[in-house]
Amino acid sequence: MTDWTWLVPLPVVVPLSAAGLALALYRRPTLQRVVSVVALTIVVVVSGALLVLADEGPLVVDVGDWAAPVGINLVVDRLAALMLTVSATVTLCVLLYSLAQGQEDDEESAPISIFHPTYLVLTAGVANAFLSGDLFNIYVGFEILLAASFVLLTLGGTRERIRAGTIYVVMALLSSVLFLVALAATYAATGTVNLAQLALRLPEIDPGVRLLLQVLLVLAFAIKAAVFPLSAWLPDSYPTAPAPVTAVFAGLLTKVGVYAIIRTQTLLFPEGRLDDVLMWAALATMVVAILGAVAQDDIKRLLSFTLVSHIGYMVFGIALSTDAGWTAAIYYVAHHITVQTALFLVVGLVERVGGSTSLTRLGGLAKIAPVLAVLFFVPAMNLAGIPPLSGFLGKLGLLEAGVQVGTPLAYVLVAGSVVTSLLTLYALVKAWNKAFWQVPEEQRPPTHLPFGMVGPAAALIVAGLVLTFAAGPLYAYTERAAAALAERTPYVDAVLPDGKRGKGVSVDVTEEAAHGDDAGEGHG
Amino acid sequence: MIDMSPNLVLVAAIAVLVTAGVYLLLERSLSRVLVGVVLLGNGANLLFLVAGGAAGRPPIVGATPEGRMSDPLPQAMVLTAIVITLGLSAFLLAMAYRSWQLHRHDEVQDDVEDRRIARLAAIDERATTDDDTEGTGGPTLDEEAAEIRDETDEGAPARTAAEEASR
Repeated sequence: MTDWTWLVPLPVVVPLSAAGLALALYRRPTLQRVVSVVALTIVVVVSGALLVLADEGPLVVDVGDWAAPVGINLVVDRLAALMLTVSATVTLCVLLYSLAQGQEDDEESAPISIFHPTYLVLTAGVANAFLSGDLFNIYVGFEILLAASFVLLTLGGTRERIRAGTIYVVMALLSSVLFLVALAATYAATGTVNLAQLALRLPEIDPGVRLLLQVLLVLAFAIKAAVFPLSAWLPDSYPTAPAPVTAVFAGLLTKVGVYAIIRTQTLLFPEGRLDDVLMWAALATMVVAILGAVAQDDIKRLLSFTLVSHIGYMVFGIALSTDAGWTAAIYYVAHHITVQTALFLVVGLVERVGGSTSLTRLGGLAKIAPVLAVLFFVPAMNLAGIPPLSGFLGKLGLLEAGVQVGTPLAYVLVAGSVVTSLLTLYALVKAWNKAFWQVPEEQRPPTHLPFGMVGPAAALIVAGLVLTFAAGPLYAYTERAAAALAERTPYVDAVLPDGKRGKGVSVDVTEEAAHGDDAGEGHG
Repeated sequence: MIDMSPNLVLVAAIAVLVTAGVYLLLERSLSRVLVGVVLLGNGANLLFLVAGGAAGRPPIVGATPEGRMSDPLPQAMVLTAIVITLGLSAFLLAMAYRSWQLHRHDEVQDDVEDRRIARLAAIDERATTDDDTEGTGGPTLDEEAAEIRDETDEGAPARTAAEEASR
């Protein structure tokens, strides 16, 4: 097989360069749109290719040709490739949706010239977090996507958005500082931040210190992933943003946190000493957040609460620490990104037709827009886990994995997840009934639904259905991904062949200085 | 063997920075939160220097013997972290200014929707007597709920109506 590693950096490089280009083209809106659509299409194609290639084994690029533990490296294994593909598809669909919305409304309250560059930077940050092979680069990826998300969330700078943005920005900064502290502690304890080298070195250090590092990292990621009790910021900050922005946030940002938890828990801390804590956190996330969703009167906020609640499922899968658990968790992540994003896009359409997102004001939409009723119904049922949709398959996988583990705590979680999915069904059916069937206060005239907006939303819903029809091969793929995570050696060997240095060339660093323990990173 | 003992002055400085930073973060005013974030960020940056071990000669190959150089990697990471903190502080500052422009203060505000949900219990109590008022033209529960939702549209009359409803 020829060497395809040059594809690996493209999901980061292409959107970043396109962002620069789009910023330069701020006077030419049409060209700007072309640039962003082309860039994201390239990312989708490249990540699709990486998905196939990574199935053979992880691909590694030493950035700047510096050998692995010293230099920065980008790694694509099955998990990263899958996350990359799903997120790229979702971002492309949301971009098309927002293009149509901008065209339809002619003048958005948001300055469109800033939207495109920022959106592309967000994509680059997400890709960077998925690809990076060292903790510090994950931090940089997080900061890139956070900085972009700050701008997108406060677009236009209206009262509501500034209020919501404040909470979000302060929380994000706090979790970043926590992550930074975790990084410093990791470096002080092990002398490296490279994931592969950490996997080799962590077992050698004091177990107490190792537990401290694990707790610090999990805390930092749990804030980003909105795991209870660190999730209170999310439902307050997401719903005020424009529909496409909320959609892409809901789909991607928390999932980057989930990805980071999966990566660090499996690769760095395989002994799973926090598993019980994570299980309790997962249970609380699922149940508390779904109760919050039931109490809501606003569809956007209701969906934000279901988003938090369903993070609990993924944490449950991770905390089981078995191949089956990880398989189900990875499948669930892929399913949830598509479905949750699709739902938020549809709610954007509901707001357009019904003029509000409040369930007390909406009503009778089924008569005005029957297509919309179907568009809402399918992903809603998918999220609630009605058979045979992909949400059902993901939940079934989790339940099976939980029963396999068989501890009392696992059974409690199994019960908790069943209750949660019933409550999800209740909350969504309530929303569906109120928005589409109750008698409205005032009759609204039928609104024209622009095809450009319906199309991408429908495409995402179909993508969710494809996850159902292609469940066999996809589940097999996530199974292989989980097996590779459990085995750990493929990842480490790809980055550091034979436990030595990566394939890059570093001038002035001799071979023997490289792998003595006291030589540190060859700098001492 | 490299000397890894941390510098006591640095550790004390970190303790002071983090304490002050956390204290300021608990404030309501956004500009104080900003100062708190900057202090916390600098505390984390100093922690990186401690993580690099004891101070040594400049980490330049050829200028100093290899055994006595300080570790360049944490310094490179601190540099990145400083730049990132600077950029994000600038954004937070802009947001505090925007908040002042809009409200004439930069207080972090409560979520109105949360308060509304918290009031639901009070409305529920009224709902038991609502059957009587429903026929007589009094406000129904749905009307009340719709009125309270108005609060987010910052209508002053609606707010007072909502507050009365909760009493």
